[in-house]
Amino acid sequence: MTRPKLGLRGVRVERSGRTILAVEELDVFPGEVLAVVGPNGAGKSTLVSLLAMLERPSAGEVLFDGEAVRGGLLAYRRRMAVVFQEALLLDTTVESNVGSGLALRGVPRAERERRVRRSLGRFGIESLARRSAHTLSGGEAQRTSLARALALEPEVLLLDEPFASLDEPTRRTLIDDLDRALSETGTTAVLVSHDRSEALRLGDRVAVLIDGRLRQVGQPSEVFAAPADEEVAAFLGVETIVPGLVRSLDEGLAVVEVGGGHVEAASTLPAGSEVLVCLRPEDVVVGPAAAPTAATSARNRLSAVVRRVVNTGPQVRVELDAGFPLVALITKQSLEELGLAEGSPVVASFKATAVHLIPRHAQRGGPSA
Amino acid sequence: MDLIWDGIREAFRLIFTGNGEVYEIVLLSLTVSGAATGMALVIGLSMASLLAFRAPPGRTLVLSFLNSGMALPPVVAGLVVAVMLWRTGPLGQLHLLYTPAAIVVAQAVIATPVVTALSAAALQTLHPRLRLQILALGASRWQAAWLLFREARLPLLAAVMAGFGAAISEVGATIMVGGNIKGSTRTLTSATVLEVQRGNFETAMALSFILLALVYAVNLYLTVLQQRRRAS
Repeated sequence: MTRPKLGLRGVRVERSGRTILAVEELDVFPGEVLAVVGPNGAGKSTLVSLLAMLERPSAGEVLFDGEAVRGGLLAYRRRMAVVFQEALLLDTTVESNVGSGLALRGVPRAERERRVRRSLGRFGIESLARRSAHTLSGGEAQRTSLARALALEPEVLLLDEPFASLDEPTRRTLIDDLDRALSETGTTAVLVSHDRSEALRLGDRVAVLIDGRLRQVGQPSEVFAAPADEEVAAFLGVETIVPGLVRSLDEGLAVVEVGGGHVEAASTLPAGSEVLVCLRPEDVVVGPAAAPTAATSARNRLSAVVRRVVNTGPQVRVELDAGFPLVALITKQSLEELGLAEGSPVVASFKATAVHLIPRHAQRGGPSA
Repeated sequence: MDLIWDGIREAFRLIFTGNGEVYEIVLLSLTVSGAATGMALVIGLSMASLLAFRAPPGRTLVLSFLNSGMALPPVVAGLVVAVMLWRTGPLGQLHLLYTPAAIVVAQAVIATPVVTALSAAALQTLHPRLRLQILALGASRWQAAWLLFREARLPLLAAVMAGFGAAISEVGATIMVGGNIKGSTRTLTSATVLEVQRGNFETAMALSFILLALVYAVNLYLTVLQQRRRAS
């Protein structure tokens, strides 16, 4: 197993007698993007502060390259970079801002200028180089902040809700640019967000933080399909999220290979795209396996086996195996009428328009790399 | 009106005929008040940084004391410093009373609350996470302080101007601890008081004009510094 780049062991952070973060174990592996999701006030920013060596834990150890962090934190900080929700730019030009971290770290001028130029280009803000940072729009400012962080060529990039203050179109293009930058540079990153779609989009692994505790860490499909407990499920929303590959695209209908089978989805992503196939459990219709096939508009009809039935109040979550984990939400009445139990063969159907495809970058690093 | 014109004429005469005593007084005023402002800055910026960035318990209480300190009557400050420096006082061993150093201390006592309170307010206008961002960029403690001061330079230079203004315009404490000794502790303000007492209104006015011109020159320089276009 690869040695983790960053790690926490038995860490606690206390403020005025209250424990606001308690993490037994967390590892960030070289080259991976770890997405930490959780509701507001879960301790996500404190986690970033710890990992960024901006504060020390009340107890426990922070590991860097497998070694416990000892002594001054400045040397560690100079190997990492942090992007906050607010761009927090200095009152100078865009290019000076992008070069500011390099200047603080004593990088020689020629090298600094080279890296600033490249980083400005990476985020498409060369034309803003001479502008005063305080005249930028929110999106431009956050681009500058990201460019400033990437110019440092950090060993670990920490992102604390970097897109939370942006409007939707800006957010989407900036996420694309960051995704590309991370893939191209192979930078190890930790993305903290309250938005699970960002975690899905960028994270190679997902960690769920609620009330200052890590509830679950794993592959996105694993975490979303099988939440560790009800609180995690409630925060994430139970969904089917499985990796797939677009095999063909014809007039807005994509055929996606998933777990040996095929799923049809309304999409514009070209063949060859790696995707996450997302499906809301309330969109999945469960029927008896032996029932005659009636003509419907549901493009997807998959044979499946019931793996688990979980009562969640008035509705029942049925976890199916259709060659890949598939979750359906049905009423108690339907459950009884269909006589579903573990091992029952069923047919799961859903419309192509109910399937949501999220494009994925090529696999970066990760614990098993 | 004649009195005013005579005063102005006398001021020019004193400045341009190379009156040694006046130059001495101007130089002393500038060095003493400059040093006092410098001391106030060192203490004030350190305290203001602590108050603004570390948010220690009791911050509001401390700030309220400092804000009241801006209205500290100079004679009270002078009295306290005089008692401290008195031959039999706690710092009597230093033999500072009736020296320029004593005036520096007294003016610093007056300017420090002004500089501290205004600097704390200035630094508190910065985004609370800017300091963390600067540290995360790899700044050492000193680099971070310098960058934060630069970010707040507009209100910080206003604090410097207010501190310098409080120091150089002070007279009560200056006479109390300096003694207004000719050639040693006579400043523009204490000399003006003396000339008025003697009935030499032209000289007093001349000294006042010089003082005003001096204060303007210093503040002009600080204002230019403050308003200068952001370096790229």
